[in-house]
Amino acid sequence: MKEVVISGNEAIAYGAIYAGCRFFAGYPITPSTDLAEKMSYLLPLNGGVFIQMEDELGSISAIIGASLAGKKAMTATSGPGFSLMQEGLGFASYSEIPIVVADIERVGPSTGIPTYPSQGDVMQTRWGTHGSHPVIVFYPSSVYESYKLTVEAFNYSEKYRTPVILLSDEVIGHMREKVRLVEDLPVIERLKPNVSKEEYLPFDSRYDVPPIANFGEGYRFHITGLTHDETGFPTSDPEKAETLIERLHRKIYKNMDDIGKFEAFYTEDAEYLIISYGATARGAKDAVIELRRKGIKVGLFRPITIWPSLELPLREIADGKKVFVFEMNLGQYVLEVERILKRDVVFFGKENGELITPEEMESCIQKSL
Amino acid sequence: MYTEISLENLRENKLPHIWCAGCGNGIVLGAILRAIERSKIDKDKIVFVSGIGCAGRSSGYVNFNTLHTLHGRPLAFATGIKLANPDLHVIVATGDGDLAAIGGNHFIHTAKRNIDMTVIVFNNFTYGMTGGQVSPTTPDKAYTTTTPFGEIEEPMDISYLAVASGATYVARETIASPFVLEKYILNGIMHKGFSLIEAVSSCVTEFGRRNKLEDPAIYIKWLKDKSIPYSKTNALSVKDGIVVGEFINVEKEEFTEKYYEMVKKVRNEERD
Ligand SMILES: Cc1ncc(C[n+]2csc(CCOP(=O)(O)OP(=O)(O)O)c2C)c(N)n1
Ligand code: SF4
Repeated sequence: MKEVVISGNEAIAYGAIYAGCRFFAGYPITPSTDLAEKMSYLLPLNGGVFIQMEDELGSISAIIGASLAGKKAMTATSGPGFSLMQEGLGFASYSEIPIVVADIERVGPSTGIPTYPSQGDVMQTRWGTHGSHPVIVFYPSSVYESYKLTVEAFNYSEKYRTPVILLSDEVIGHMREKVRLVEDLPVIERLKPNVSKEEYLPFDSRYDVPPIANFGEGYRFHITGLTHDETGFPTSDPEKAETLIERLHRKIYKNMDDIGKFEAFYTEDAEYLIISYGATARGAKDAVIELRRKGIKVGLFRPITIWPSLELPLREIADGKKVFVFEMNLGQYVLEVERILKRDVVFFGKENGELITPEEMESCIQKSL
Repeated sequence: MYTEISLENLRENKLPHIWCAGCGNGIVLGAILRAIERSKIDKDKIVFVSGIGCAGRSSGYVNFNTLHTLHGRPLAFATGIKLANPDLHVIVATGDGDLAAIGGNHFIHTAKRNIDMTVIVFNNFTYGMTGGQVSPTTPDKAYTTTTPFGEIEEPMDISYLAVASGATYVARETIASPFVLEKYILNGIMHKGFSLIEAVSSCVTEFGRRNKLEDPAIYIKWLKDKSIPYSKTNALSVKDGIVVGEFINVEKEEFTEKYYEMVKKVRNEERD
């Protein structure tokens, strides 16, 4: 167990190596670049491949190819680059290729403020592609969690044959903390077929998550981004299209007990509930402690799984409480909270490159007492 | 030497193909399949990657590991495959729009890296799949659905660009000479490094219909008449003609090998 002082982005790199990632393709963009730089060093030393591609479209395409050839693969980017990756993300979701994408947010819209934090990609991670497919998105709130969630991101991508997005922000990405790089976390490998070549169906609908062969292992199969049937070949049959899209949803939503992660901090006796994630949630914790000291019963619900939404736990924990949502954007996750709770909540957000301070949160809550 | 197309290499249950009667794509695909047969490489180790477009549909018909990617991105997917598993032989089928327009950046950079793969570009001077719009290779003054008054941009020469970008094997031939095309593709497959074979093909339905070339035989004759052997021109690109031949065939360090050698070296050093 190594004890080190590293940044959140470096922790993602160490987590990736630990999880068995042996392929990284990326294009530099602040504030994700140091993650790529770390991988360019760690991968060759671990027998893996790092390649700086010509752009983000190429980066995500290359990692999909690498995954099909049998390597655990990832890329890292920030807002504008993430937008360019949407096309590839849709492909990987639909053709069920395990990959991990780290999006270290910066201020937007457009090129925004590259070196300042934001949480403006929350909706982009969910709805950035066209069509209807689920996504898994994790959001760490510390350097250690960046490490651990990266390992889990790879595990979930392999287990559910799907892209997993690791959403982080400039603050979490660049802050340094002393962490123990725990080395007894489980590592999951993709399920491989054990049927004959003739019997193999890359999209076998008898499974929620069909086993996937690697290219070169003798199973000659077809992968396409077009709507496909169980064999992997294009079809425009509405029934087959439905079977596929239903299974894609089923394999994720049926397993929310496994996928849904959150932290509940002082929520049991709380009358007021803050909902906040990532860097913002760190300030929210301070606000909770400070307000509790003043005798105000506040708790914090911190989604770690940002998508799919934590509908059940959120409903349970928010029950009977006045809810406040704080995020570094002008209202994204709050829309989901309102949808789930079916009532108004108090929202405070900014996207000017500044963190929301605990004092701002306290006064927001005190104002509505 | 004449090679049969081995039915084993075709997915017969996926036929008939979607290509129009008289389309040149079948001739190009035939040449690719014969070249693969002659190369004697292990079929399980072939990954046949394609982009989007009529040419891109070819991956569905061939019996290898096949990957039908996104418009413009086949070379980037192929890069990931080759680098992740250098034992695989990567063959890419792409269109002129796919490779040179939306995928132009990947094209330049994949050639620059000299990564081992064989790219066959089905150049039919147009976007066939979307109904005959202008492409980077559309000849001067030609009519397309988006150049109703005739093309005014200079056409791009794909082979020229490949050579300039660092490809180490580049050849061009039209579907009027399918066996020469086959030979070039075979050379490309056997070549270690980035090889590009420009297969000048026909699109009777979309390009042909608008440019007095709707008859497949007349189209092929037109391509033949416009062909000029490289040995006669000494210029890779000429106005109003199609220079055909082998343009470059050189040995240069290949990217994947170089990469894995570096890995070996740094891992040994780290142990010392
Ligand atoms: C991102 C994206 N943009 C546009 C399209 C639409 N599209 C499909 S095929 C095609 C053109 C293909 O032309 P070419 O590569 O020359 O191939 P051909 O059909 O002529 O063989 C276009 C623009 C797409 N599928 N994806
Ligand atoms: S549209 Fe053109 S390129 Fe496409 S199949 Fe028809 S003839 Fe061939």
